[in-house]
Amino acid sequence: MPKVPGLVKGLGVTLGTLFNTATKGANTVQYPHEKETPPIRSRGVIALHQDNCTSCMLCSRSCPDWCIYIEAHKELAPPRREGGKPRQVNLLDRFDIDYALCMYCGICVEVCPFDALFWSPEYEYSEPNIADLLHDKTKLSEWMETVPEAPALEAGADKKKK
Amino acid sequence: MTMLGDRQQLSYIASQAADARLNLELETEGMTLNIGPQHPATHGTLRIIARLDGEQVVWAEPACGYMHRGYEKLTEVRTYPQVTTLVNRIDWLGSFANEVPFILAAEKLMGVEAPTRAQYIRTILFELSRIANVSLFLGDLGVQLGAITPVFLAFRDREYVLNLIESATGGRFHPNFDRIGGLKDDLPAGWIDETRAVMKKLRGFCDQIEDLLFGNEIFQSRTRGIGVIPRDVALQYGLSGANLRASGVDWDLRRDHQLPMAWNKADWKVWTHPDGDSFARCWIRLQETRESTKIVDQLLGSIPAGPVMAKVPKIIKVPEGEAWVSTENPLGEMGYYVVSRGDLGPFRVKIRSASFNNISITPWLLRGVYVPDIVTILASLYFILGDIDR
Amino acid sequence: MTVILAEIPYWGQSLLRVLGGLVAVLLPAGTIVYVFLFKMMSFMQSRLGPMEAGPYGSMQLFAEVGKWLQKEDIVPDRADARIFKMAPIIVLVSTFLLVAVVPFGPDAWFTDFETGIFYALAVSSISVLGILIAGWSSANKYSLLGGLRAAGQLIAYELPMVLAVIGVVIQAGTMNLQKIVVAQNSGSMFGIDAVGHPYVISQFIGFIIFMIAIQAELTQAPFDMPIAESELVSGYMTEYSGFRFLIFFIGEFATAGVFAMIASVLFLGGWGVPFAWFGWTSIDDIDNWMNFAGPLIMFTKMMLLVFIIMWIRFSYPRLREDQLQRFAWKGLIPVALGNIAVTSILKVVF
Repeated sequence: MPKVPGLVKGLGVTLGTLFNTATKGANTVQYPHEKETPPIRSRGVIALHQDNCTSCMLCSRSCPDWCIYIEAHKELAPPRREGGKPRQVNLLDRFDIDYALCMYCGICVEVCPFDALFWSPEYEYSEPNIADLLHDKTKLSEWMETVPEAPALEAGADKKKK
Repeated sequence: MTMLGDRQQLSYIASQAADARLNLELETEGMTLNIGPQHPATHGTLRIIARLDGEQVVWAEPACGYMHRGYEKLTEVRTYPQVTTLVNRIDWLGSFANEVPFILAAEKLMGVEAPTRAQYIRTILFELSRIANVSLFLGDLGVQLGAITPVFLAFRDREYVLNLIESATGGRFHPNFDRIGGLKDDLPAGWIDETRAVMKKLRGFCDQIEDLLFGNEIFQSRTRGIGVIPRDVALQYGLSGANLRASGVDWDLRRDHQLPMAWNKADWKVWTHPDGDSFARCWIRLQETRESTKIVDQLLGSIPAGPVMAKVPKIIKVPEGEAWVSTENPLGEMGYYVVSRGDLGPFRVKIRSASFNNISITPWLLRGVYVPDIVTILASLYFILGDIDR
Repeated sequence: MTVILAEIPYWGQSLLRVLGGLVAVLLPAGTIVYVFLFKMMSFMQSRLGPMEAGPYGSMQLFAEVGKWLQKEDIVPDRADARIFKMAPIIVLVSTFLLVAVVPFGPDAWFTDFETGIFYALAVSSISVLGILIAGWSSANKYSLLGGLRAAGQLIAYELPMVLAVIGVVIQAGTMNLQKIVVAQNSGSMFGIDAVGHPYVISQFIGFIIFMIAIQAELTQAPFDMPIAESELVSGYMTEYSGFRFLIFFIGEFATAGVFAMIASVLFLGGWGVPFAWFGWTSIDDIDNWMNFAGPLIMFTKMMLLVFIIMWIRFSYPRLREDQLQRFAWKGLIPVALGNIAVTSILKVVF
């Protein structure tokens, strides 16, 4: 068989793609009308489970660009058992994440010893005003609803200790 | 200049002298053309100062540093886990591959080694990021040469690879998945089958690009014999990666270095090309993408069971010492020289990134070429601005 | 048709002609941009292209025009302002001049020039002037390189184009485009008149050369070095913004349409269908409805040719300037000269 010139082959590739797109549909998604679902692990936005937070500041300290702001005060809570001493608990005054600074590295979620921070694959929270990207604790808590279950692991993986 | 390539330099001077005699009456003033810092051919903010005679380059010099972000200095005020999220951003197209040598260097200092399962997954993700990087190169090559379709095909198929990386690591461009002693997490269920399907698609993409671009006679006439780097010059300028292999040097750190990674568990080939011209460099990268899909396919079948994390303390302190680890990244040799004083973070990190050394050859290479060939040569040298300026 | 036209006063006829000219230039240009640039290119790259403005993005072009009209009209500080502003208009005017000689039906024409094709080839090179002064007056090195490349390229490819046309002129025995159309559709090949005698068959080499030359004249890939967005950053158009860029843009695609029309007149039988289908023998037999069907037939043929032009544009990388010149002077011109020689010998023999 004689060799097909590359010029003809190239035309064939583009025409083939043309027919593929016309018959099987494009590879693109018409974004505001249809949306792709991001993977479960996708790092979209950080959600805060306020009850678990002890304001230990570990996340704030381990953040590479210091975009987590925490303020808390101590309060005496009623004792767990009757007759016990009142406990001292930290109450969150402020828990802000500045998404204008966040690099989405996930270190804060990882270091949290009390499971107060979670990744949610939600990604549609862009704002016309940069100051609105500072999410406070109520907004961060609202993201908790969108946090999915962790995915099952591939065969051969160790069982999770956590 | 230097002693480099005396033969080329002499022949160049001779041809210039002949031209000068011929053009004495037609001689016009030269023109300095600043290609960049904002120019579509420089993938970012590289500036090439070229002295032109007509459309011929008489003298050229790259000026880099427009995007210097000071990573070497930044690492000194970060802890070890924080560094990986920074170095992700050096070569932003193949970001997972940036983490690996740093983590390996830190592990070497600490004397820990990742479990075999983690080594396999690391290697797979490393090769996936190589595919993500080089497939974009194959498309971008078309744009640099004026063909508009390849880049869209490249973005289309690169998307599948990025989806894989995202579903495994959570990050699309900046995975930050490597930890000292292993990996952050195991693979999610169903990932292996998905990857196999994507690798098949990627091989189809390579065939498509070969038909659309590499087989095209216009493409060949634009790249063959253009920007030839002889073997000895390539070695002297410290080129690495595909640029070096295209000059006929059989050199690949994946095979030559004994690292705790899984490359030696797979059967693959190091491609070389004797020509050393632009076409050879592009062709080598095309073949390497195919090899990478093969490596991934083979490793997927043989991932051993077990943990993905070795036993390391929660707060990582690296003992005093110095370590150098380099790997074969998508752009060439990338290495980290880590100096530790036993603190939470490194005392000093020297980053050797491939592109910085690869573009150092441009003054030698661009002399005497035409303006359109500057673009071809720069495209075929393939650099990422973040990798040059760091 | 002629009867109707005769009753309209002269000023009315002139007005109609101007309007017709506008439609004949802008309608194909808009269709080409939408069908090929927006949709075909997107489909070849497995995406859908603009989808938001109007059904399937069909109103996108109007949105784009609106956007460009709103933009500031920037003239660089060091630019030669007067000719900088003039350049895009010169380019567009040459397109309007071109369409004047194209026949759209037996009576639907703007001017029935006896030396129509000669005129067409002559005015098509006016656009070079516009491009050259655009490149020069921008006071930008990239634009200057682009303008010079454009000038060199357009001159180099004018010649094969003229030489390719000569073959057709020899065969038809006339330079009048209307008569070339009639000669093709009333002709026959080896006594078979089912498809008439389109010159694309007997002048196939000429057709190929003409199409290559058009590709270069229109500065479409693989001959788009004057624009070359990856090396010269759009060449002579670099400094233009707003509606002046819009005029360049319209000019580019309108010229593509008009050149494709001329090619379809020269090689594909223009507005006509083979006369044998309806039993016509000469142009006077043709029914009046051809004046309305003719433009549509012409439009179809034009779209077919533009499809080829655009298909090549979206598939190929670009050549280098010296390769392009070599291709023109060492490849196309000798072949075109040979084509003329063979055509004239055959013409004398038969």
